[in-house]
Formats: sequence, structure tokens, C-alpha cells
Amino acid sequence: MDEVVRLSDVVKIYTMGEERVEAMKGVSFTVKRGEFVSIMGASGSGKSTCMNILGCLDVPTRGSYFLDGVDVGRLSADALAEVRNKKLGFVFQGFNLLARTTARQNVELPLVYAQIPATERRTRALEALERVGLAGREGHYSNQLSGGQQQRVAIARALVNRPSIILADEPTGNLDSRTTIEIMSIFQELNRQGITIIMVTHEPDVAEFTSRHIIFRDGEVISDQPHQAKSAALPAEVAHP
Amino acid sequence: MTTLYQSLLIALRALRVNKMRALLTMLGIIIGIAAVIAMVAIGSGASKMISDQISSIGSNLLLVLPGSVTSGGMRSGSGGTQTLTYDDARAIKAECPSVAAVAPNVRGSGQVVYGNQNWSTVVYGVTPEMVDVRDWTIVAGRNITQSDVDGATKNCLIGQTVADNLFGGTDPVGKIIRIKKIPFTVVGLLGKKGQSPQGQDQDDVIYVPLRTAQRKLLGSQFPNVVGSIMVQAKDAEVLDKAQDEVTELLNQRHRIGPNREVDYTIRNLSELLAVTEQSSRVMSILLGAVASISLVVGGIGIMNIMLVSVTERTREIGIRIAIGAKKRDILLQFLTEAVLLTTCGGVIGMLLGVAGAKLVASFIGWPTLISVNTIIIAFAFSAGVGVFFGFYPARKAASLNPIDALRYE
Ligand SMILES: Nc1ncnc2c1ncn2[C@@H]1O[C@H](COP(=O)(O)OP(=O)(O)OP(=O)(O)O)[C@@H](O)[C@H]1O
Ligand SMILES: [Mg+2]
Repeated sequence: MDEVVRLSDVVKIYTMGEERVEAMKGVSFTVKRGEFVSIMGASGSGKSTCMNILGCLDVPTRGSYFLDGVDVGRLSADALAEVRNKKLGFVFQGFNLLARTTARQNVELPLVYAQIPATERRTRALEALERVGLAGREGHYSNQLSGGQQQRVAIARALVNRPSIILADEPTGNLDSRTTIEIMSIFQELNRQGITIIMVTHEPDVAEFTSRHIIFRDGEVISDQPHQAKSAALPAEVAHP
Repeated sequence: MTTLYQSLLIALRALRVNKMRALLTMLGIIIGIAAVIAMVAIGSGASKMISDQISSIGSNLLLVLPGSVTSGGMRSGSGGTQTLTYDDARAIKAECPSVAAVAPNVRGSGQVVYGNQNWSTVVYGVTPEMVDVRDWTIVAGRNITQSDVDGATKNCLIGQTVADNLFGGTDPVGKIIRIKKIPFTVVGLLGKKGQSPQGQDQDDVIYVPLRTAQRKLLGSQFPNVVGSIMVQAKDAEVLDKAQDEVTELLNQRHRIGPNREVDYTIRNLSELLAVTEQSSRVMSILLGAVASISLVVGGIGIMNIMLVSVTERTREIGIRIAIGAKKRDILLQFLTEAVLLTTCGGVIGMLLGVAGAKLVASFIGWPTLISVNTIIIAFAFSAGVGVFFGFYPARKAASLNPIDALRYE
């Protein structure tokens, strides 16, 4: 199965009292395994709405969404939780780590909900932290880490349960340009290892590092083009800082 | 679904972060449980003390007293009425099938002397049945016998208090004491009974044969008269029947009819016990009401703080849901936290309650009674309060929309 995501004619309408906001007006696209997609567009164009639907945090008003060939719209709440746990990894703009919790405990969290025993949780969490270049930092609390490090912990948490896709909504929105490149190089490395990534970004510079650009405007896809990805792996120290 | 263990770890971490707040929140539960435990301990200790005292009088007993009862429940004309006789007692024994034993007695008081020791005590004239009827034990020597009664011998039984005061530690059996200057031989020593429900020392007593008391000690003008008759029924079931039989017999013997007022009173000691039990039951219900109010107040405190906690941790809940927590995982997490709060409060309250009860008891000299049941019920109650008052906040947490929760500042 080559196709990981299939959105067909997805409409999302928010109603707030009298007011109706059509955040997605019939969006269709597919994503193949191993792609690195960036979604761009003006503010309010429906990018986050689309990501929430892709992340099974929200359901389309109309249209369908197949993830790994499964019609997500037909799944129960518990099954959706399982999908989020096993098939999806989230990276947010605001990092969203648990406060007063160590890096390792944060990374272990999806494994806790997957009922994985403590020793295996530990080894897999350490392994994931190593993949994002944070070996040795597992005992640090989230507030003892820099923004870039926090985002790496979040990436480790997203990939620890071996998901089909990593969904990242403006992952570099709160980071400076140097740290942004570090994060992008991690994403590129993970992508090279076969993980599908869908990322929302405002910055064309960041989108440069991805291999496909989807552009939204007013809830519709106005452009969807492959792109020659620029390598973010600048110095060797980035991968192993 | 996370295991309960994981929820417990999360809850413990959450409580550790807010130690002071947790403690203050628990205070309502702590005070509630401590109050209940202390009051139940003291209350049931006291009522056990009272019912022990009542049963120390003897079991399945009727007390027949001279004089009648007025509507107010007071005995009238008790001073001059001398209506019960030894013959009444023997007739009850002979003719009432539900009666096991009958112990007629007369009561007087007098100065008792042994060597240079003297002591003022209560002297009863009794028959041998008195020992059985009142559940006395004889710890040394023997009981008085029917031939002691018939022959009006100068033998006597003494209680522990009398023995202590006259003989110190030495064996009283066989010694001669003088009661109102008349020499008596101590033939037996009664075992210890302690206080009566009225607070009298039941061991401060001397038993002499009934006839001896009637003729030689008390100097009554009616030598056959007895002060009261204790009647022991065969068992608790026939106690009421025995009372009816005795009533019928005495009515007949005393020719009670339209022209003659009832001249005796029958008191049922198990009624007294029932009254005491009833009043201690009422007390328990009142305690329970007070306790449940304080637990409800404590529970509302818990609910309040859990709602605050859910709001504070909205973002955390969003993260957990996004990462794969199911509704029931979140529900369980917050329920566990609430139950942990209340049971911790319950345990602390229990310890304080037990300590408080012991302290109060040692001040006012009452026994305390802390049953395992009380502890288990208190614990179950505090956990129940946690579940009940924690459920609404936990459900609120579990039904949060993850998108809104993740965006929550
Ligand atoms: N929960 C909601 N209720 C009502 N309207 C909403 C809700 N979420 C989003 N919208 C509306 O849907 C539209 C799309 O919002 P969305 O968050 O997807 O935009 P975006 O492309 O992510 O913008 P940004 O780049 O600023 O993050 C907006 O007009 C927004 O106001
Ligand atoms: Mg957005």
C-alpha cells in the first residue's frame, strides 16, 4: 500500500450560533508513503483545520479521509485514539511537552497509552531521543531545555511509536533560523529513513526543505507541486551536536 | 487504556506538585473522618460500658418490688409498703413454669468490723439462688446454702471491696467478722463485678442468709417480708411470659381486683438494656448525620479543587488525547486523583480520630471502642466521596475537545 493519506472532497464547516465558517471547501489530495509535504497559505486559509482532520482530532463535515486505507470517518472514538497513538505523531508550534516531566517521560507517554511495559518503553524512548540528537539529555525536565531541544523532544515523542505519518503544524514557528535548520535537518533525516511527514509552515524558506508544496487559499487547494528539496544537513555537528 | 498503576503515578505526581493545596483540600475529609471515628469510638465505648454494667446485674431478670407504679412511673408508698413475702418468692418458684430461679432479698446497711479494721457497707439477706441469678462467681470458699437460710446461721459472703477494706490482701474465708456487733463467719468471697449502671460499687456488699437478716440483723416488725424478689426467666424468649405468669400469680395471691390496687411492681431489666441500646442507636444516627454533612462539605471541596485542576491542566489533557489517551484513560486519571485525595484525607482523619478518642477517653475515664468495621466503613466512605465528587470533574476532563484543549493558554 503506497498511499498513506487520501482526502476526497473534504468540507469542514464551523458553526458559531448564526455564523457559518467554511474552513475547508472541498479539499482533495493524496500523500504517498515517504513523502515530505509542506502546506502553505495565508492565515485563516484552513491549514490547521486540515491538519486537525489529518490528525484525527476532528472529523470532516462532508467528504472522506482514508488513512492507510482505513476510512477514518467510520471509526469509534476509542479506535481513533488508537489511530492517533499508533499511526500518527504530532509536533506542535508550542512544543506541548508536559511540564515538570523529564524528556524521557515525555517521550514515553505514547508508549504508556499503548500499554507497553516499562523496560521496553525506556529503551525505545532513549533510542528516539538519540535519533533527534538528544542522547544524554533524557533526565532533563522540559523547562530545563531550550526551545529547539524541547521541539526535538516533541519530535522524539512523535516518532517513538513508529507512526506512519508525522504531522507538524508550524513546528519552527517559535524558533530562530539556526534552530529551524536543525529541526528541518532532523525531519529530512527521518524522512530519508522512510517516515512520511506533513508540515504546515508560513515561511517559504522552510518549505524549501520539503519535496512537495501544497498551497491553500480560503479553504481550497490552489496549488500542489513537487519540489526539489534543499538539504538542511549543513554541518555534521547538527546531527550530533 | 492505561493501568490503574499509571494513573496512580500521575495522580501522586500531581499531588506532590501542589502539596499545600492537596492538604488544605483534604482538610474537610480529615476533619469529617476524624470526628466520626472519635465520636463513634467514644460513643460505642460508653454504650458498651453501660450495657456491660446492665448485664452485670444478671441476665433475663425481672425485679419484683413492693408498691405500685403511678402514671408518672414513680413508685408510690415505697416507705411503708411491705407487701412481698418470702412465701411469694417460693410460690413464684413453685408455680411459674417459665421461671428458672428466684432470689428474694432484704437490704440493710451496717458497720462491719474485723480486728481493728472497720467498714460501712450494704448487707443483703439472700437465698443461695442469689449467686446464680446475679451471675456472681465465688472465687474463694463456698456459697451460702438453703440450710444456712433455714437455720438462720451466722455465715456470710463478702464482696471484693469489703474484703479489700477489712482483710487487705489476706484470705478472708473462715475469718470471723462483726456485722452490727454480731459475729459472722466468712464462708465465701465473691468475684469482682465493678460499677452498676447507677454508678454504685457492686462489690461493696455482704450477703447473709435471708432468715438471719430478717430475724437478727434488720429487726423488721414483719419477719416474713422481703425487700424485693429477683426472678430469673429460663431464657430471653420466655422473659415476657415469665413476667405474665408472675403477674398473674401475685395478683391472685394478693387478691388484686376492682377493689384492691396493685401493690407491687415488676421491672424488666432487659427493657432497660433495650432502652440503652435504643438511645445509643439514636446517637449513632445523629453522629452519622453530622459525619455525612462534614463529608459532603469535604467532598464539595474536593470537587471544587478538581475542577480547578482540570482547568489548569487543560493543555496537558489535550496533549494526552492527541497522543492516544482514550476518554476512559483521562477519566480514570482524574478519578484516581480525587480518590487519592479523599482516601489520604480519610487515613489521616482516622489516625487523628483514634488519637483524639484515646485522648478524650483518658481525660474523662471512659473506655473507647474502635472496631475494624468502623475503620473499613470510614475508609470506604472516604473513597466513595472521592468517586462521587470526583466524577463530574473527571468527566469534564475526559470530554474536552482536544483541539480547544491544545490551544488553551
Ligand atoms: N473551532 C473553530 N470554530 C470556528 N471557527 C474556526 C474554528 N477553528 C478555525 N476556525 C476558522 O476556520 C478558518 C481556518 O482556520 P485555520 O486555523 O485552519 O487557519 P490556518 O490556515 O491554520 O491559519 P494560521 O496560519 O493563522 O494558523 C478560520 O477562518 C478560522 O477562524
Ligand atoms: Mg494554523
